[in-house]
Amino acid sequence: MIYEPTVARLTYRALLGRRRAAILFVLPALLIAISAAVRLLTGADDQIASDVLGGFAIATMVPLIGVIAGTGAIGPEIDDGSIVYLLAKPVKRSTIIFTKLIVAIAVTMAFSAIPTFVAGLILNGNGGQIAIAYTVAALVASVAYSAIFLLLGTVSRHAVVFGLVYALVWETLFGSLVPGARTLSVQQWALSLAERIGENGTITSDVALPTATILLALVTVAATWYAGQKLRTLKLAGEE
Amino acid sequence: MTTIDIDHTSRWFGNVVAVNDITMRVGPGVTGLLGPNGAGKSTLINMMGGFLAPSTGTVTLDGKPIWRNESVYKEIGIVPEREAMYDFLTGREFVVANAELHGLTAGAAQQALATVEMEYAQDRKIATYSKGMRQRVKMASALVHNPSVLLLDEPFNGMDPRQRMQLMELLRRMGAEGRTVLFSSHILEEVEQLASHIEVIVAGRHAASGDFRKIRRLMTDRPHRYLVRSSDDRALAAALIADPSTAGIEVDLAEGALRIQAVDFGRFTALLPQVARAHGIRLLTVSPSDESLESVFSYLVAA
Repeated sequence: MIYEPTVARLTYRALLGRRRAAILFVLPALLIAISAAVRLLTGADDQIASDVLGGFAIATMVPLIGVIAGTGAIGPEIDDGSIVYLLAKPVKRSTIIFTKLIVAIAVTMAFSAIPTFVAGLILNGNGGQIAIAYTVAALVASVAYSAIFLLLGTVSRHAVVFGLVYALVWETLFGSLVPGARTLSVQQWALSLAERIGENGTITSDVALPTATILLALVTVAATWYAGQKLRTLKLAGEE
Repeated sequence: MTTIDIDHTSRWFGNVVAVNDITMRVGPGVTGLLGPNGAGKSTLINMMGGFLAPSTGTVTLDGKPIWRNESVYKEIGIVPEREAMYDFLTGREFVVANAELHGLTAGAAQQALATVEMEYAQDRKIATYSKGMRQRVKMASALVHNPSVLLLDEPFNGMDPRQRMQLMELLRRMGAEGRTVLFSSHILEEVEQLASHIEVIVAGRHAASGDFRKIRRLMTDRPHRYLVRSSDDRALAAALIADPSTAGIEVDLAEGALRIQAVDFGRFTALLPQVARAHGIRLLTVSPSDESLESVFSYLVAA
């Protein structure tokens, strides 16, 4: 696995240059606006801070940013066929995927973890380590989401739709109704780490830390490996 | 000397056979891959370019398999048919990125841009380019590592005549330098102007192979059909039928046009404008009937 700077540069520019990138700015701005409003209305409160960060930042914003960055790092290039210019080079396909994963992770982290931390400071000034805990959860979730959605962008032309369904229906709705679904939830894995950092039991996860760590690593590695395999045998759409 | 060998290669998509047991060798010089739309030209080029696995048979570059072998791209340059590029980059940025991916520097990119005469617009965004400019920047990106094989899928589509001439000149030069240049086209005139060697594909099959004179004869020794609209259809029909190059003319009242069968293609195409001019008739539409192109090829398969 090698990081290829040219692939990275093209991916960054494609990701941040598209109109879709606006969502990358809108969601964090919304989180910070909500946090400021909550702080003004209710004052600093650990439980409320945890509810806002857990309910909006981790449950909604991080997966959505992951969908945009993960699928956006490769999906549009496959859709319009411009990926040929990367594929027709003496560059290993696994290098292309690895580089795009790094870019997707960096973008997801930047647009989810930093705003989460800022929002945590606004909400209660990192009382009970809540800002730090959720920031760590956002960082960890960024890695897994990027890998999953990058794979999705490689295998499906409707990656964004599937990504949204996963992020919103599975992680948010289904996860809150069916307890078993929570074990297979990036959000819960990330929260199990946050649970250890946060004080006073304000953060809870349904998954034990060792299980969460293993699942996180497994999903990330497996998704990345499989995306590399798919890229090696990619059929460019729109041919005769 | 770089040669692509296609050996008893087929490719199917589900139940559809796109390429049917084709064997051919593409060597140095310019080779034209000719066939109607949907004949399997792109599928074949995609297999030569390593973007598609053959269902059966092999496609090799100097004996090395092309599929799943990224190292072949050191020798192959590809100009895809599709328009999509990194539109948010400037032409220069795009070609430089392609050079870097080959482990080369901006100098190689600059040289390639000079070769395709795109330096004047290299700092404009690709999104603002015309079709011909895009085509030339694609060429530059394919040439940047000085490949010994150049594969071009329908490179002349949408180019104006001047751009077409420029690109033909460039490809001719590449061929003369001993590179293996293969381009696809569905237009006979295009192929015969450029290619010393022609491979014809029809309905996934290898229909003919040889130099352009041989192919030309195969293709022209048959009636051609044209649809012509003019300011005075009947007068034009009367004047044309007097010449032996025309075998039949139908006045299609519903279409308001003439359907002309020409037996001597070369003579008819020269005659038509002369006759029109001599009789003061304005030609409004002159187009080979759609089925005519298809029939050229089906005629070839039958031959």
